[in-house]
Amino acid sequence: MNRIQKLFLDKKENVLSIFITAGFPYLDSLPQILIALEAAGVDMVEIGIPFSDPTADGPAIQHSNNVAIKNGMTIPYLFSQLKDIRKKVSIPLVLMGYLNPPMQYGFDRFIDDAVACGIDGIILPDLPMEEYLDSYQEKFKSKNLSNIFLITPQTSEQRIQWIDKESEGFIYVVSTNTITGGKVDFEDNQKDYFSKVRNLQLKNPALVGFGIRDKSTFNIAAKYLQGAIIGTAFIKHIEAHSNRIEEAVKEFIETFN
Amino acid sequence: MAFQVDKRGFYGPYGGAYIPEMLHQNIDYLQRNYLEIINSEDFIKEMDALLKDYIGRPTPLYFAKRLSQKYGYKIYLKREDLCHTGAHKVNNTIGQILLAKRLGKTRIIAETGAGQHGVATATVCALMDMKCIVYMGEVDIERQAPNVKRMRMLGAEVRPATSGSKTLKDATNEAMRDWISHPDDTHYIIGSVVGPHPFPDMVARFQSIISKEIRWQLQEKEGRENPDYVIACVGGGSNAAGAFYHFLDEKDVHLVAVEAAGHGVNSGMSAATTILGKPGVLHGSKTLFMQTLDGQVVEPHSISAGLDYPGIGPIHAWLFESGRAQFMSATDQEALDSVMELSRLEGIIPALESAHALAKLKELNAPSDSIVIVNLSGRGDKDLDTYIREFKNL
Repeated sequence: MNRIQKLFLDKKENVLSIFITAGFPYLDSLPQILIALEAAGVDMVEIGIPFSDPTADGPAIQHSNNVAIKNGMTIPYLFSQLKDIRKKVSIPLVLMGYLNPPMQYGFDRFIDDAVACGIDGIILPDLPMEEYLDSYQEKFKSKNLSNIFLITPQTSEQRIQWIDKESEGFIYVVSTNTITGGKVDFEDNQKDYFSKVRNLQLKNPALVGFGIRDKSTFNIAAKYLQGAIIGTAFIKHIEAHSNRIEEAVKEFIETFN
Repeated sequence: MAFQVDKRGFYGPYGGAYIPEMLHQNIDYLQRNYLEIINSEDFIKEMDALLKDYIGRPTPLYFAKRLSQKYGYKIYLKREDLCHTGAHKVNNTIGQILLAKRLGKTRIIAETGAGQHGVATATVCALMDMKCIVYMGEVDIERQAPNVKRMRMLGAEVRPATSGSKTLKDATNEAMRDWISHPDDTHYIIGSVVGPHPFPDMVARFQSIISKEIRWQLQEKEGRENPDYVIACVGGGSNAAGAFYHFLDEKDVHLVAVEAAGHGVNSGMSAATTILGKPGVLHGSKTLFMQTLDGQVVEPHSISAGLDYPGIGPIHAWLFESGRAQFMSATDQEALDSVMELSRLEGIIPALESAHALAKLKELNAPSDSIVIVNLSGRGDKDLDTYIREFKNL
């Protein structure tokens, strides 16, 4: 059992996960942010691997990617930064990014090095399900690494069931048809969609992402599913307070208590 | 060896559909249905009528006498520059708007570099009464100002892409973000043989009218269907895909693709993908593109906005790797020289993109009297500002 599976075994509701781009706002911010997030009570962190052309992301995360690349963040550098992270941080850590940088690093090597750093899961939104099943699933299983898939309001019930069957960690429920940081109202159709997912009684827990920005939007998601993921709002907050990151992390997370 | 797309959407190792789940439903539906739709009788009938009466097809296959005398070959120009809107791009947009109608979509988005695809999209949207939004890099909006005005006259909204290099790849990113945000009512008319399967194959099929016509036109003029050489410029590669399409399995036809070398292949200011690129995943497909060791996309450069793209379509990555096509590159200056040459020798002012193909006539090293087709993909009206700036003695 990896740390993600353990987390959801112990905690069935109000799971709070935070997304932060590696190398943002400074090249070496990440370990400090991870430690502060754990201290503030966050349940899990998704670490974004920066890419020059993030087609599913809105302006805030695009900007964090550009800053991180300019700062010099690369996959080898990220792994050197995370080498000893498990001495300081024990919550589940997930790597999230577009397929091309890991592909250039070498996909097998990427998996091996991630696992060696204590990474528990991977989210690659542009890795096709079929290619994962054909080429990588065995490797993920042998390393006890969770591959996490997205579903959207457009994903058919049959496909959700298939994704659930092939997932071992959690399902990433994209709240609406939008890029990250998009304005989501959480009106009736989102609520219908969340309850539809809940009623499918999937074997995996489900976290809502995209558009979650504060306590009230978090609560709506957590009312239906196991919790939510916050990216854009956190990144904006950190950028606005980049001269005092530790305090800023604490302040941001406190607003969810 | 097979050069057509396989059932899974691949050309050799290139192609596929590397898309986030947000685009899955639209792409999956297209993959399952595009062939049935575009091969249906009513679709073909409507398309053929529009190509003939609206676009002005067939475009002439013109024997360029003075150019031929200069180079010692029998040079024919395939006059895609005479298409309505001034370039081959409209062959594809006509096909895709008919497809969008049959999909029940009411809103069209597109990306554009030189503005030719944007104009061609705005044109068919006006024709079919569809809402049209064109994404265009801020830099391109400036260097292709007349096309921006044309799109607006045609009723399209032009939205600037302000991220990255503010050129074609960034406009493509913005169009993909728009599609993610509007999957129900919107069809994305991709302008080149790039993007997730089935776009590369679909666009190649719509452009294949170019080589289909070349074959019967050459039969009429020379008594043979196959030329010795076909030369076309490659940005994403849609005009080249169309000009090569019906010759892919004709081994005696030499296919030449010309990329933009910019200031020179080793200048750091280039768009010569097959020389500078590596395999990776960009804009939904596995293909060759220019990138750093870490997999970040490198900003391309070309004087021609239509070739200013860091990658090539997966079909071209495969034509290159398999050796089926010969890839060459032409610098900004070589292209400009060819613009003036064609203007003076044949009375035709070509687009900067097409001039890259003309520029390699001098390096062809073909036997004399070879029959050489140059795909003249567009006309130079849109580039007049650049020509006025570069040709100081006008």
